[in-house]
Amino acid sequence: MYDPRISIIEKRLKKIGKVIAVSSGKGGVGKSLFASALALALTKKGFRTGLFDIDFTSPTTHIVLGAANLSPRESKGLIPPKIYGLKYMSLVFYIGNRSIPLRGADLSNVLVEMLATTLWGNLNFLVIDMPPGMSDLLLDVIKYVSKTHFLIVTTPSKMAFETVRRLMNLLRDLKVPILGVIENMKMDDSNYVEREVKSLGEKFLGEIHFDSGLEKALGDIKSLLKTSFMSEIEEAILAKNPEITS
Amino acid sequence: MHEWSLAEAIISAVFSIVERENLREVKEVHLRLGELQQIEVDILKFALLQMKTGKLSNAKFTVRTARAKFKCRACNHIWTFREMKIPSDIKESIHFIPEVAHAYIKCPECGSPDFDVIQGRGLWITSVKGVK
Ligand SMILES: Nc1ncnc2c1ncn2[C@@H]1O[C@H](COP(=O)(O)OP(=O)(O)OP(=O)(O)O)[C@@H](O)[C@H]1O
Ligand SMILES: [Mg+2]
Ligand SMILES: [Zn+2]
Repeated sequence: MYDPRISIIEKRLKKIGKVIAVSSGKGGVGKSLFASALALALTKKGFRTGLFDIDFTSPTTHIVLGAANLSPRESKGLIPPKIYGLKYMSLVFYIGNRSIPLRGADLSNVLVEMLATTLWGNLNFLVIDMPPGMSDLLLDVIKYVSKTHFLIVTTPSKMAFETVRRLMNLLRDLKVPILGVIENMKMDDSNYVEREVKSLGEKFLGEIHFDSGLEKALGDIKSLLKTSFMSEIEEAILAKNPEITS
Repeated sequence: MHEWSLAEAIISAVFSIVERENLREVKEVHLRLGELQQIEVDILKFALLQMKTGKLSNAKFTVRTARAKFKCRACNHIWTFREMKIPSDIKESIHFIPEVAHAYIKCPECGSPDFDVIQGRGLWITSVKGVK
């Protein structure tokens, strides 16, 4: 028995320059927000960019983008809708706001199905919003999306970093490229995370401060682009780490 | 149609089997189709005919459909996709991504949303016959 979907995935991703998986060992650290904002920042810079929300049971990037009412077009595959020039795909287009209880094997199946049928076309970057932790979807992204680079998000908390350390060790064992670590929701000037990241021999990509104006901007891309969260991504992260966009 | 992207996947999978098993020509490809995906067999076959080339040019495709069956994890009740009345827009979502069934279907006995698809989910190549 062969699963025919597997053999087409590579072809579907062929014209994508670089895949960036935004990941963390911990939940709630800002992955979805960062992934959405990064995808918007790359689009704004003129890169052809896609955003793929694979937190299938708890998708949220459509809230950030205000994209819940879009839907993919069908033409020998699924063509992702565009918002602000960004190609966007999420399971939300098929489940709306219903809950979807999925076990590990089901999650893998959703990923494989969507990888096999989504026609991303020609992209410079595909940003993936990962679910938290190190379960099936992380392993499947590594298995099926060979050009994935991991960008890891943490908060200043030792508890968050503890999980990030485990994630980085796993990624290193799997020989997956790690772009580096972002410290999000920074509130003081502690350099604990930066020190720890460097002592692991990985790159500290920079910090993003807690932005109290962010919540109001959710769902409206124009307002989002004006937040300090967004300008920190553009000025403190992308401008200082040209390897992310190379 | 979704049938076309699946047909493309089948053709590409058969080509990799041809390479792996060093086949000169493929005679038969047997497929098993899960009912949950609601593939139009005629469209799938038509798409396969349009796409087969090279060592696959003379291949015959057979398609067998497997009924979709669910089993409740809470009360063990087993039921079929067929016996459910599902609106067509929801059926279409399930057609694209069969797991989406988990957002819409509940056990008809006890109402639990925790069930497994025990048969008839997706599309499989069951065998490829050819000459070496
Ligand atoms: N720098 C920041 N300033 C203010 N609020 C932030 C910041 N970063 C994230 N948030 C808020 O924190 C919450 C969690 O963010 P988000 O949902 O992006 O995290 P996540 O890591 O994707 O969570 P999950 O693990 O559940 O997927 C959101 O309400 C988001 O708006
Ligand atoms: Mg998230
Ligand atoms: Zn039941």
